Amino acid sequence: MSLSADVPVAPPRVNLRALGLLALLAVAVLVVPVIASPYVIEAILLPFLALSLAGLGLNLLTGYGGQVSLGSAAFMAVGAFAAYNFQLRLGVSLPLAIVLAAATAAAIGVVFGLPSLRLRGFYLAVSTLAAQFFVQWALTKFSWFSNDSASGVVAAPRLTVASLDLDAPQGRYLFALTLVVGITFLVHRIVGSRAGVNLIAVRDDETAAKVIGVPVLRTKLVAFAISSAIIGVAGVIWAYAYLRTVEPAGFNLDRSFQVLFIIIIGGLATIRGAFLGAALIVVFPLLLARTSSFAFEGLVDAGVLKLVERVVLGLVIILFLIAEPNGLSAILGRATARLRAVLRRG
Amino acid sequence: MAFFKRMVPALLAAALLGGAPALADEQYFPLQSFRVGPYAAPGSGFFGGFIDYMNLINVRDGGVNGVKLTWSEGETEYEVEKGVEVYQRLKSNPGVAAWNPLSVGIAYAMIDGITKDKTSLVTIDHGRTDTTDGRVFPYVFPLLMNPYSESSGIINYLAAKEGGPDGLKGKKIVVLYHGSPYGKETIPIYDLLARKFGFKVVQIEVPHPGNEQQAQWLQIRRERPDYVVLRGWGVMNPVALTTAQRNGFPATKIIGNVWSNSEEDVLPAGEAAIGYTALTTQASGHDYPVLKDITEQLYDKGLGNLSDRGRIGTVYHNLGIVNGILNVEAVRIAQEKFGHRTLSGDEIRWGFEHLQLSPERVKQLGAENLFHSINVTWDNHEGQGYVTFQQWDGKKWKVVSDWIAPDWALLRPIIEKSAEAYAREKGIKIRTEADVDTVSAK
Repeated sequence: MSLSADVPVAPPRVNLRALGLLALLAVAVLVVPVIASPYVIEAILLPFLALSLAGLGLNLLTGYGGQVSLGSAAFMAVGAFAAYNFQLRLGVSLPLAIVLAAATAAAIGVVFGLPSLRLRGFYLAVSTLAAQFFVQWALTKFSWFSNDSASGVVAAPRLTVASLDLDAPQGRYLFALTLVVGITFLVHRIVGSRAGVNLIAVRDDETAAKVIGVPVLRTKLVAFAISSAIIGVAGVIWAYAYLRTVEPAGFNLDRSFQVLFIIIIGGLATIRGAFLGAALIVVFPLLLARTSSFAFEGLVDAGVLKLVERVVLGLVIILFLIAEPNGLSAILGRATARLRAVLRRG
Repeated sequence: MAFFKRMVPALLAAALLGGAPALADEQYFPLQSFRVGPYAAPGSGFFGGFIDYMNLINVRDGGVNGVKLTWSEGETEYEVEKGVEVYQRLKSNPGVAAWNPLSVGIAYAMIDGITKDKTSLVTIDHGRTDTTDGRVFPYVFPLLMNPYSESSGIINYLAAKEGGPDGLKGKKIVVLYHGSPYGKETIPIYDLLARKFGFKVVQIEVPHPGNEQQAQWLQIRRERPDYVVLRGWGVMNPVALTTAQRNGFPATKIIGNVWSNSEEDVLPAGEAAIGYTALTTQASGHDYPVLKDITEQLYDKGLGNLSDRGRIGTVYHNLGIVNGILNVEAVRIAQEKFGHRTLSGDEIRWGFEHLQLSPERVKQLGAENLFHSINVTWDNHEGQGYVTFQQWDGKKWKVVSDWIAPDWALLRPIIEKSAEAYAREKGIKIRTEADVDTVSAK
């Protein structure tokens, strides 16, 4: 049985694409830290990387597995607070803290994934809301999690791996990039493997999957575990590398929706969709704000200008989805296909 | 001759610059404002007042000793990551004076960054309480009143109302607080004050944003407290007042804190707010000379920042004006030491650490009775602001108390302990007085 037909990634001409990705990676690792200003790294690239990774994690569960989740921010919070507490209380090194945080998020993910064995669609979405509210409540209620800090906000510890100090913007960027690239590669392997095919089978028709011998229950729980672990690591990046403070309120329902919109806009069941969606969600509002303040500053009331920006952002998202319900990934796919055709003819 | 003496260096400088027009000295204020979202009312009032005051200094006085004030705004919607983005975007502008994000969450996320930049961060009437300790936080200034002083001021007022320090013995007070870093900040201090004054305290959280409080007020009804202290923010406040009325709890027994004290908090509650009392560090109204100047020199000429003239002199607008006075005076004090020119962030930090405005100086500034005084020192970054209480009569706020001093001596050891723990955790060396005058000119 050929797998490639079912799996959107891993197309036949792997080499060309792999070369392109390698080139992109080389630019991201070698060129970006040198030329990017602290603003670009701190305000654009770091949130982009963190949200891309969260999107990637959710896409595994929702895009590939068909299990809608509204609890992404909760798992980000679990990851961030777990890493903080492992470092604080056990004094473990940062890489180990990240692994332990991912494991903690995975465990919590499995617990809140249990309802998925009986519930589907909207009902499952509502039950994952429970994760969202429960985690935020627990982190606020029990001040032990934030080391009894009066306001519930804790400062993330300095970023050091071995004796390497990564506290400068470039260091934090490379730290985030390493995690994102490594995990993206892992996800790429997972969706191309037997487990990935099982996941898609469960999404497309659960009964049929069961009939042909796919272990439905195990597949769902594994999907919840891996997805939550990845989102947990995204939470670590968000708190440690980007904001550098950890507080429960930052991981609210809005953030969960944001991650869900990223994969819907970017493209469900694709790897690059999470990155494209995160780019749109993070970068586009900033571009819009810069353009409008450049063009209208002082002429229009600042509050009105902001509201107009929101309307424009909403319109752009609606237009994208009307033009291509399969998201930015499909638009990019069509564009490259056309470009290739032109090149071949020329 | 004097004229020529002054002209010669100027001409020399002009010649050295190759005849290019010499750039006027400017001091820049990056504003992390919020004019949309759930907290648009406080945001637009506060930043409107702040901008109005800076504009007044430019229009009326030609700047601070000739140094023009400039500013630009970035919208945060009161969200931490947007605030961080604006901080990163605006911090590279030349001549940054100080940051005023008006958000505890954003302030927390900036502390490391501004300490590295050597630029001051002002959190007027709010902020992280232990940043009052200038030995550990050289660049953070919770000016006028930190959250602990606020709690102490409220309890001192209630005690005076009940006939003295022993008046609260055996009473019961409910603290209804906003479920956010800001709201939670005072939990330990109310426990301490309860022990000291001998009253029973019950603290109840309202989840953000606070537009549903039926459960909380049912609990309050069961507790039957003598007073309810409202530590709200935004939409939580009018909802608290209307829900209290529905549950039969009188508004006269509700005392609001400094972020529950504005017209925007009581007007939507209508009748339910009549008799409600709230703490403030600055009075509302427009009978003060500085507000008359702002009305005549800005709004009458179409230069005012608020789109609705009716909001001139409201609580948030006046807080923005007081915030403007404090920032501008810090710049002025620093200029007296370092020269009448564009100052570095660290030089302005020195100005904030010597921001001492006596009631007489406040009167000179046209702000008598608008706020009392401030007395910032290198190790006390709050500056011992006084508080007063105002009661809502359905149309406007009426001041119902004198200026009241919080119990600073009681609070200081707790602040120092918390700051020292932070210093240990972050490996910060505790400053001494000798470090204050080490000022970076860049």
